[in-house]
Amino acid sequence: MKFAVIVFPGSNCDRDMYHAAKEVLGEEADLVWYQNSNLEDYDAILLPGGFSYGDYLRSGAVAATSNVMNQVREHAEKGKPVLGVCNGFQVLTESGLLPGALMRNKNLSFMCHQEELVVENNETMFTTDYEKGEIVRFPIAHGEGNYFCDEETLAELKANNQIVFTYKNNPNGSALDIAGIINKEGNVLGMMPHPERAVETLLGSDDGVRLFESVIKNWRQTYVTNA
Amino acid sequence: MLQTREWSPEQIEEKKIYQEMGLSDQEYDMIKNILKRRPNFTETGIFSVMWSEHCSYKTSKPLLKKFPTKAPNVLQGPGEGAGVIDIGDNQAVVFKVESHNHPSAVEPYQGAATGVGGIIRDIFSMGARPIVSMNSLRFGNLNNERTKYLFTEVVNGIAGYGNCVGVPTVGGEVQFDDSYEENPLVNAMSIGLIHHDDIQKGLAKGIGNTILYAGPPTGRDGIHGATFASDDLGEDAAKDRPSVQVGDPFMEKLIIEACLEVIHSDALVGMQDMGAAGLTSSASEMASKAGTGLEMNLDQVPQRELNMTAYEMMLSESQERMLLCVKRGREQEIIDIFEKYGLNAVPVGEVIEEKVFRIKHLGEVVADIPVDSLADDAPVFHMPSTEAKYFQDFQKMENTVPEVADHKDMLKQLLQQPTIASKEWVYDQYDSMVQTNTVVAPGSDAAVIRIKGHDKALAITTDCNSRYIYLDPETGGKIAVAEAARNIVCSGAKPLGLTDGLNFGNPSNPEIFWQMEKSVEGMSAACTALETPVISGNVSLYNQSKGKSIFPTPVVGMVGLHESLEHITPSFFQQAGDLVYVIGEADAEFGGSELQNVLQGKYEGKAPFIDLDVEARRQKQLLEAIKAGVVVSAHDLAEGGLGVALAESTFGEKGLGAKVELTGEATVELFSETQSRFIVTVKPEHKEKFESTVEDASAIGMVTNNQTLQVLVNGAEVVNENVEELEKLWKGAIPCLLKSKA
Repeated sequence: MKFAVIVFPGSNCDRDMYHAAKEVLGEEADLVWYQNSNLEDYDAILLPGGFSYGDYLRSGAVAATSNVMNQVREHAEKGKPVLGVCNGFQVLTESGLLPGALMRNKNLSFMCHQEELVVENNETMFTTDYEKGEIVRFPIAHGEGNYFCDEETLAELKANNQIVFTYKNNPNGSALDIAGIINKEGNVLGMMPHPERAVETLLGSDDGVRLFESVIKNWRQTYVTNA
Repeated sequence: MLQTREWSPEQIEEKKIYQEMGLSDQEYDMIKNILKRRPNFTETGIFSVMWSEHCSYKTSKPLLKKFPTKAPNVLQGPGEGAGVIDIGDNQAVVFKVESHNHPSAVEPYQGAATGVGGIIRDIFSMGARPIVSMNSLRFGNLNNERTKYLFTEVVNGIAGYGNCVGVPTVGGEVQFDDSYEENPLVNAMSIGLIHHDDIQKGLAKGIGNTILYAGPPTGRDGIHGATFASDDLGEDAAKDRPSVQVGDPFMEKLIIEACLEVIHSDALVGMQDMGAAGLTSSASEMASKAGTGLEMNLDQVPQRELNMTAYEMMLSESQERMLLCVKRGREQEIIDIFEKYGLNAVPVGEVIEEKVFRIKHLGEVVADIPVDSLADDAPVFHMPSTEAKYFQDFQKMENTVPEVADHKDMLKQLLQQPTIASKEWVYDQYDSMVQTNTVVAPGSDAAVIRIKGHDKALAITTDCNSRYIYLDPETGGKIAVAEAARNIVCSGAKPLGLTDGLNFGNPSNPEIFWQMEKSVEGMSAACTALETPVISGNVSLYNQSKGKSIFPTPVVGMVGLHESLEHITPSFFQQAGDLVYVIGEADAEFGGSELQNVLQGKYEGKAPFIDLDVEARRQKQLLEAIKAGVVVSAHDLAEGGLGVALAESTFGEKGLGAKVELTGEATVELFSETQSRFIVTVKPEHKEKFESTVEDASAIGMVTNNQTLQVLVNGAEVVNENVEELEKLWKGAIPCLLKSKA
């Protein structure tokens, strides 16, 4: 499986994402500079964390208007997987690929530590290797991870089972403890916690490995075994 | 404000304008001798920043020579942007600490942020990717609003810059003492990883080669920052706020990636960041080090503001700028790389044979200075040194044991002292995990960073107990280095070398200069004994306000190497049933201790004694035991002594406690700060092997699973506390102080 890690000016988890996909999971992966964007050859797109464009204006707002996001949109429309983590999640909400917005943390401070998450939906292409209700440990590292949307959208997210991860002990004030959501079609996942930082026990947790493995397995089942 | 009107050379001499720029009469005369004429306004400015303490080390140079700086694995000692030490496999670590004290005192957010940005630039201008940031902070007591503001904003500034730039901040140290109330210390350390072949030097070599300016345009910010940093902080320091630069971490991130791409081009000759004294120091140093001259046309320098004068451009400290020397005819290759990142890179000058620093602006030569005179001919002052009166008094005092009514209450009180209490409130705001190498996150003795693709890791710590150094600079200097090495060894690594951030008061006071001299001698002795050369450093003087000097604070930033990931050792207890050992015995040593601070509210008497041979032997044996795989956890004893160290050891793994039996005087056993001591846990089956390896270890108890810290002295129970309760006090202390109104 071939992953594209999109690198915006100011991305800083791009190499971590690449390391997870390529060196830990052993799949093909490329760092793709936002201007050299031909994404046709890639099976999945990873939007990494960081501070694209310095988070100036709003987190993710400038990156969301870049040309490469048109290609990400086309890729998503084909049903291929897109994963946005942290700043990548912010880019996804800013570009309208996911609903809602990420506001400043409730305590107005950046926070970085391991958090326990609940797997709310294990039927997405990103989470089939988890048990429903399972507790997993992923690091968080954000200043603006407080998920917000209007009541109607929130009700819709619940009704469609789009809430994929919630915080066990909500650190940032997110509505319904939301840590990660998926689009209705089930192929665009955005989350504030960092699965790519949880792929080696040496660094404190390898609970993120199964997220990548889920994507890989599901992709193989769809595109390789049927081929 | 400094006068920005351009005085004529005659007026500069007559009105002694040079004094406003920080030059003495004697220095002005030296400049006239060098130029064989009066310097003009721009030249006077250039000399004043280059000869400031910050750039020239004119008063500290004779002391810095005392540091051992050489070892077979030192690839680059002091003199370049940062020092470099070999770590095998054709890899090396690059590191340095730098102070940003005065800017942080007047504008804490930007002062701290640009401190982080500046030290990171020193690392990648050597060609290394910055992989870790650390810091060492000092503030007054957290009982007034100003100190709380400074503390909160400094942490915000470090987080704001460090998180954005994508370099993990893995910890450091924070201490609180009265002497820093108006003059906080903000020392930032950065560590980079490099392949030997990629090591860059800031050299402007090759006559005719082009000098490229890269990064954002120059503005009027930070003019004379280096001079500002080399003077007393006046009561009206707020007026110096325009001397504080404003940082843009996004810009820095782009510059990092561009520069790390540029180093792989053979069109690049040399590269240096524009730090203190901006364009002046980077350009003149690059030529001086290469034995060449340099001619620059300021009309080509990108400018952010209108009508900037040569003086302003040469002295601006606008951030995130780099100067490169590039092979003639191949400029475009380098410019293209910067353009990929949306950055400007423009030719501003060339390397010339004549060893002068010649600046042109609007068709005129505005500075023409022998280039070596700026870097090499800076005056060196041998300041008078007098043994401090207070020291003589303290030496006459006997070591006594303070009265402690209730040891468990005292333990609780000590755990809530801000210097001892958990710094989670601080480091939770730092991204400590980006780059996915952080094995041991902030909160342990040393942070541990693995090296991807290799079975090895780095241990990093910053340390300096300035109370001991105040009481006895030589002994305290030894302890600072020894304690840093203890932290490294506890984590399972071999200490490799250190960078020093020397923060002192006004050196023209002979007692202050004596503090500097003695602490450097003490540190040097410890460096030799523990085989940790000094490979880089920084000097910050004039740290005082309202006539009161800070405690002498020579911060040690040390890096060690884990030769295998297997050696990484936690500082917390791991499993019930493990045996608890303490290495070394306690004496009645309370001078400079946290207990003395609590009971007396001041520090006096003798600093704890240290025998460097004993220190070296214990460190060596402990490391040997760790490498042999017989040590489960190791933690060094520091502020608050064994009592605090025992409590801290139980705060890692949930559900654990300890039962410990000691003999002796309870206050001494629990709270004395006798040096060269460690708490170690060992599996029962490794008892013999451990005891035969570490000769000064005595078994004092066992790790339990009852979540209780129980301590008996001479058979009588003095502490029996719930670990969770203790941890709550320890973790809650700083947030609680920040919330409470003064």
